[in-house]
Amino acid sequence: MTNTKTVLPTEHCETCPAFTQLEQMGIKVGDFDRVVALAGNPNTGKSTLFNALTGLKQHTGNWPGKTVTRAEGGFEFNKMRYKLVDLPGTYSLLSASQDEEVARDFILFGQPSCTIVVCDATSLERNLNLVMQVMEITENVVIAVNLMDEAKRKGLEVDARSLSRDLGVPAIAITARTGDGIHTLLGAVSDVIEGKIETKPLRVNGTPEFQKAVNELVPMIEQMAPGIPNARWLAIRLLDGDARVQKALSTGELGDIVSRQQRADVKFSGKMSVEGRQITIRLRSSQEHLGDIHKEK
Amino acid sequence: MEANEILAKAESLRNGLSTGFRDEIVKSLYTEAENIAKRAVKSTSNKKYDFDQKIDRLVTSPYAGLPIMLLLLSLIIWLTVSGANVVSGWIAVVLFGIGDYGRALFNQIGMPWWITGFIWDGVYLGLAWVVSVMLPPMMIFFPAFTFLEDLGYLPRVAFNMDWLFKKTGAHGKQSLTMAMGFGCNAAGVIATRVIDSPRERLIAILTNNFVPCNGRFPTLIMLATVFVAASFPPALTSLVAAGTVVGVVLIGVMFTFIASWILSRTVLKGEASAFTLELPPYRRPNISRILYTSIIDRTIFVLWRAMQTAAPAGALIWVLANIHLGDSNLARIIADWLNPFGLLLGLDGVILLAYIIAIPANEIVVPTMMMVYMGAGMMINGPTSSTEIFDLLVNGNGWTMLTAVNLMLFALLHNPCATTIMTIYKETKSLKWATLSVVMTLGTAFIVTFLTATIARLLGWA
Repeated sequence: MTNTKTVLPTEHCETCPAFTQLEQMGIKVGDFDRVVALAGNPNTGKSTLFNALTGLKQHTGNWPGKTVTRAEGGFEFNKMRYKLVDLPGTYSLLSASQDEEVARDFILFGQPSCTIVVCDATSLERNLNLVMQVMEITENVVIAVNLMDEAKRKGLEVDARSLSRDLGVPAIAITARTGDGIHTLLGAVSDVIEGKIETKPLRVNGTPEFQKAVNELVPMIEQMAPGIPNARWLAIRLLDGDARVQKALSTGELGDIVSRQQRADVKFSGKMSVEGRQITIRLRSSQEHLGDIHKEK
Repeated sequence: MEANEILAKAESLRNGLSTGFRDEIVKSLYTEAENIAKRAVKSTSNKKYDFDQKIDRLVTSPYAGLPIMLLLLSLIIWLTVSGANVVSGWIAVVLFGIGDYGRALFNQIGMPWWITGFIWDGVYLGLAWVVSVMLPPMMIFFPAFTFLEDLGYLPRVAFNMDWLFKKTGAHGKQSLTMAMGFGCNAAGVIATRVIDSPRERLIAILTNNFVPCNGRFPTLIMLATVFVAASFPPALTSLVAAGTVVGVVLIGVMFTFIASWILSRTVLKGEASAFTLELPPYRRPNISRILYTSIIDRTIFVLWRAMQTAAPAGALIWVLANIHLGDSNLARIIADWLNPFGLLLGLDGVILLAYIIAIPANEIVVPTMMMVYMGAGMMINGPTSSTEIFDLLVNGNGWTMLTAVNLMLFALLHNPCATTIMTIYKETKSLKWATLSVVMTLGTAFIVTFLTATIARLLGWA
């Protein structure tokens, strides 16, 4: 293992019974046991967490909308190899701008083993909107309540356990910048994937007639696109009249996305995709992006 | 099961549901979020409006916002100009000294003249020029800009300029992508993905090149220092130079607005759409990381890219200058042939030849130009200080203030570099838009320089 400049475990950690090995793997090519997606509102520190876990230098910047495509990296935790996918920050999964679509398509069709939703502890209420939308799509969700240091500075006390109770998924307080809480977070992720923690995401089901309508549509969608992972979510979007989803359905794009994402998943699980790895937009990151243009050729 | 059937079914089911059913769900989601957040978050302090908000009131205020922005930009550029001036001289002395030494060494061991010339007067000179002209300003400009960026100032810039963009029919987030363009236009073009509307995104892509990128800043800084500021007392030099560069940047921003306005009323008609912009909290920048990324990642990268073009450009110039035809050489013949057109634009033939040679990375136009002057026998020694450069260009090659001003305008407005053009093509997937981006910028550059030259001559300034 080459890249072992871990910031997190220190000598003290090794004598601690709770010590678990985290190894940053950068973009080392190899087999991955699990795929974890990082979602969250813009500027909540997803990329900082991504860097802390993978040891990559995905450029972080203090402005929303910095990551516009997904970036990938790897790490090893408790002898399991994880591929981590950093998604563009979005406020919702409903609109159709390109960065939101990247995030939505991946959570929907990429079928990550677990999705970490990174939240800003200083503005939790607004962040919860996205959390609930992600929980509509998938049950394997862990919430990372990030920027705890900033919250403290602003005189806010955030109780992550209360969040867990209310939302039905683990919520872990972290400070990605210093590495605080990251091990606990990874423990929760691994437990959710292994089923040691059973999640019961809070979902707003709506009226009985609405539920009935959803239940009528789901089998139809599943019949049209066998193997589609999130028929329920699509049914809700269709009932909502989401033009983007309607278009995806009628042009056959949906089927394509499903097969492409699944194919890509098979491919990526064994191999890190170098393309798009660090196409991150930031003044100082122009070099990565330029490098990638050449790589893609 | 056909897609149409599903859509029809969804349609009929939706009609069967009570109106506003989804609003109810969304409303209960928000209420739920509010309650959950209330239970989880406790405020331990009473001060509701903290320091961040106080600062934001000031830097995004309708009156102080724009002046503060200008002040910060001027400050950064002033720091760059006054610092770079000193360092540039040292680097030039060292690098040209190494060149002299290498040339002497090659002569001593009896290398054929053309190998010595090709390597030391061609390739090496090209590299030395690029490094001494571009490295010093980058080492100061990058960390300073990155500092503001890490602090969280960029979104405030977007906030301040939103109304201006809206007036031109463009998207407010274009000010963010424009700010990215100061770093690298290709990166700025990719950053336009944050703009939802395809129409406004295209406007942002096509106009991104009107702000000077990191590669072009050194050119502007050098020209401003050597020419514009040269006629002022030494004490004022760096102030005048910084003011000039700020002025050029503002002209670039002005052209961004003009071009956006024209585009959104011609080929890309439409109204500006609304958007939400979050102002992130100010964060204390991590100084060591700023230094690391701005020096190691960015400075070295931009410099390396420039060197990759400069080495072959230097070689090409040397070859052109050493193919003799009669009394003259090929470089001079081409430059003379281009001269009438160059003069029409307030430039000269050598500048145009340098521009053509440096097309792959046109931020190295000035170093290339210096090499052509020298290679074509119009300059004897590599000048090592700004007064020497001034002396050689003005007294040796007939430069005037008009030449310097127009070269700055030309560097600001001309077509994007090859990488940016390629990026535009990839982002728009259209040859048409990529071509338009070149035609539009180059056309603007020609028209503007032609107009300034003509007006200056009519008024008897040049």
